[in-house]
Amino acid sequence: MEGLTLSDAEQKYYSDLFSYCDIESTKKVVVNGRVLELFRAAQLPNDVVLQIMELCGATRLGYFGRSQFYIALKLVAVAQSGFPLRVESINTVKDLPLPRFVASKNEQEARHATSYSSDSENQGSYSGVIPPPPGRGQVKKGSVSHDTVQPRTSADQQEPTSPVVSPQQSPPTSPHTWRKHNRHSSGGNNERSLAGPGPFWSPFGEAQSGSSAGDAVWSGHSPPPPQENWVSFADTPPTSTLLTMHPASVQDQTTVRTVASATTANEIRRQSSSYDDPWKITDEQRQYYVNQFKTIQPDLNGFIPGSAAKEFFTKSKLPILELSHIWELSDFDKDGALTLDEFCAAFHLVVARKNGYDLPEKLPESLMPKLIDLEDSADVGDQPGEVGYSGSPAEAPPSKSPSMPSLNQTWPELNQSSEDTAIVHPVPIRMTPSKIHMQEMELKRTGSDHTNPTSPLLVKSSDLSEENKINSSVKFASGNTVADGYSSSDSFTSDPEQIGSNVTRQRSHSGTSPDNTAPPPPPPRPQPSHSRSSSLDMNRSFTVTTGQQQAGVVAQPPAVPPRPQPSQAPGPTVHRPVDADGLMTHTSTSPQQIPEQPNFADFSQFEVFAASNVNEEQDDEAEKHSEVLPVEKASDPASSLRVAKTDSKIEEKTAASVPANVSKGTTPLAPPPKPVRRRLKSEDELRPDVDEHTQKTGVLAAVLASQPSIPRSIGKDKKAIQASIRRNKETNTVLARLNSELQQQLKDVLEERISLEVQLEQLRPFSHL
Amino acid sequence: MAVCIAVIAKENYPLYIRSTPMESELKFHYMVHTSLDVVDEKISTMGKALVDQRELYLGLLYPTEDYKMFRKLHNSYTDVMCNPFYNPGDRIQSRAFDSMVTSMMIQVC
Repeated sequence: MEGLTLSDAEQKYYSDLFSYCDIESTKKVVVNGRVLELFRAAQLPNDVVLQIMELCGATRLGYFGRSQFYIALKLVAVAQSGFPLRVESINTVKDLPLPRFVASKNEQEARHATSYSSDSENQGSYSGVIPPPPGRGQVKKGSVSHDTVQPRTSADQQEPTSPVVSPQQSPPTSPHTWRKHNRHSSGGNNERSLAGPGPFWSPFGEAQSGSSAGDAVWSGHSPPPPQENWVSFADTPPTSTLLTMHPASVQDQTTVRTVASATTANEIRRQSSSYDDPWKITDEQRQYYVNQFKTIQPDLNGFIPGSAAKEFFTKSKLPILELSHIWELSDFDKDGALTLDEFCAAFHLVVARKNGYDLPEKLPESLMPKLIDLEDSADVGDQPGEVGYSGSPAEAPPSKSPSMPSLNQTWPELNQSSEDTAIVHPVPIRMTPSKIHMQEMELKRTGSDHTNPTSPLLVKSSDLSEENKINSSVKFASGNTVADGYSSSDSFTSDPEQIGSNVTRQRSHSGTSPDNTAPPPPPPRPQPSHSRSSSLDMNRSFTVTTGQQQAGVVAQPPAVPPRPQPSQAPGPTVHRPVDADGLMTHTSTSPQQIPEQPNFADFSQFEVFAASNVNEEQDDEAEKHSEVLPVEKASDPASSLRVAKTDSKIEEKTAASVPANVSKGTTPLAPPPKPVRRRLKSEDELRPDVDEHTQKTGVLAAVLASQPSIPRSIGKDKKAIQASIRRNKETNTVLARLNSELQQQLKDVLEERISLEVQLEQLRPFSHL
Repeated sequence: MAVCIAVIAKENYPLYIRSTPMESELKFHYMVHTSLDVVDEKISTMGKALVDQRELYLGLLYPTEDYKMFRKLHNSYTDVMCNPFYNPGDRIQSRAFDSMVTSMMIQVC
């Protein structure tokens, strides 16, 4: 092949054509089909075409490389000019006009001509069904003016852009107009020769507009079209091969679509003004799209569901893969439905693809929803999605402003919602044991009777407090709770250990100085739910006993708290009946001992009490007391404890207190045997006694207190020893029971703790999220 | 560090598989299947307890360690599914999906 020298115009033109044919963007080899179409459009006899192909070497090579293509084009020009085809003619023929390729549509050409008339240089759209009269020539004026006269070329006009300026006189040099999207009327487009979306619209022509914008796809295309226009616009590109789009759907516009018709549509398209953006949708295009949209979805503000869109676009006969890609690009908000703008973008892309333009990787800005000329401002659907994209919205023309504010509105809403959601997260409120205690203490202080989730703990703490009452420290502690809250509560703690320590403290206290303690009246305890607590009783008992030392003393061991009745009530009841004397009804201890004990107790107690006047009274009362005791015992499951307590009480009480106690007691019986009396009193106290712990401690204290009396009894009598032994046994029983109860309480507390921890764990993940 | 990303269909065939330049696709394919077996095993044995589900996820590793990555993948997958032109069961040929996967693999590797 000889070297081929091309003029600038030719160069540009050829490169445009090459780009047009290079639908696969290889930039090296053009598709044979396209080339053949192009040659057919040149309106040369087939044999000439074959000859050209042979000459350029394509037949030899089997493909059209760039050089072959250029040579072929040159030869076409040569042939069109009437020169014989010779290899050497490509360089020898001077002033060869640019090859002409004819478009099928005449009208297009006509329109084209009119539209391009404005072009300074001739707009020569080449297309043209009818080759412009040879005289046209001047195609290139200066740079490249093509005759606009050229009728629109039909079908594939390829590359539009090149202005081809061929100075050759022959009009045919008019650049083949690819339908490009017309326009570009102004010169300088860059060639973007879009091969036109040909089918319907030439709009795609932007080639001219050449605005550099453009997809990468276009990037490689022909060098900036020479100024002029070349407009190939062919409007309606009847590229038969290219179009075949939606033949069915477009009935109205079918013309546009179909190669043959579409004049009207073409006209519309044509009007498209100059493009600045290869992907811009012209008004007529848009109108067309809108009409199509209406056929599917009458409501312009509505959506086209994915299935309907699928059917519609499948008619375009594009491969599913490409349609899928188009969908991905155009469904901006990824909702599976197309709004009007999305639909237009998709349609536009389909058209472009049909015309040979490759699909972009990213949606072009001009096709983004909202950016597209909004005649209908309903881009509600797109707005949220577009927000994310940013960028383009800024370029939206003022017409889009309506959508922008809405966008802005939605955005703050989203923000708010997100903030709300962010803000609103469960804030677990932890109830630490210490805090619970503090609350309990406070509750006690205030006497408020509000239920507290930690009521059990409250109860426990109240138990603790009750225990502490015995000690002077109790006051201190309670005072602390009020004052310090946490610190005081800490001192209390809900730990069973502390309870135990308190108990021990109390024991020690009681052991050392039984009389000293004047436990302050226990603060009112709420815990209505506590099974073991009977706050009312406690209050009552405490208020009653407040005034009296003994009361205090009595209160101290606040007798064994009324045990869970069901569990232990039977016990005492069982025992009681057994006790004939009923003086000492041990709930757990052997009832038989009871009748005996009083006797012994009486003795021993009498001796112990020697000074107490009460003994006398007690004798009198003993019987009554004993009678009453069973009755009273009925309510008190912890009779054994009471017994012990009574013992302790006896020790602690003074003679004076006894009668008081007795009187206090529900039974008028004088405490015959001190134990009995004690029991009585303890019963009284026990009944109201809510706190097991305190009772237990009291029992313990009583037990401990009673110890000292033993030696005396021993000294006295064997029976006294036996009595003491019995008492010790009772004490053991009592202690055992106390122990079991404490264990039970410990378990309860631990369970509560576990449940709280579980709740904490459950709440914690929420806070993390 | 995504060396291989695969999307497996319910019928245990891959809808999408991509591995790093090693391109030892077959090997990864086997690994993917074995990991699926592990998952199945966990599901079958575990059963209903909430704790078990958590454990299952821990066993899966990815969701907890690479939570963001998994989320991105899942989002892209749903986008693909939303496409009406996509037939469930087809290989995933979406370019956007490809690009997302590539970016993920490059980013963490």
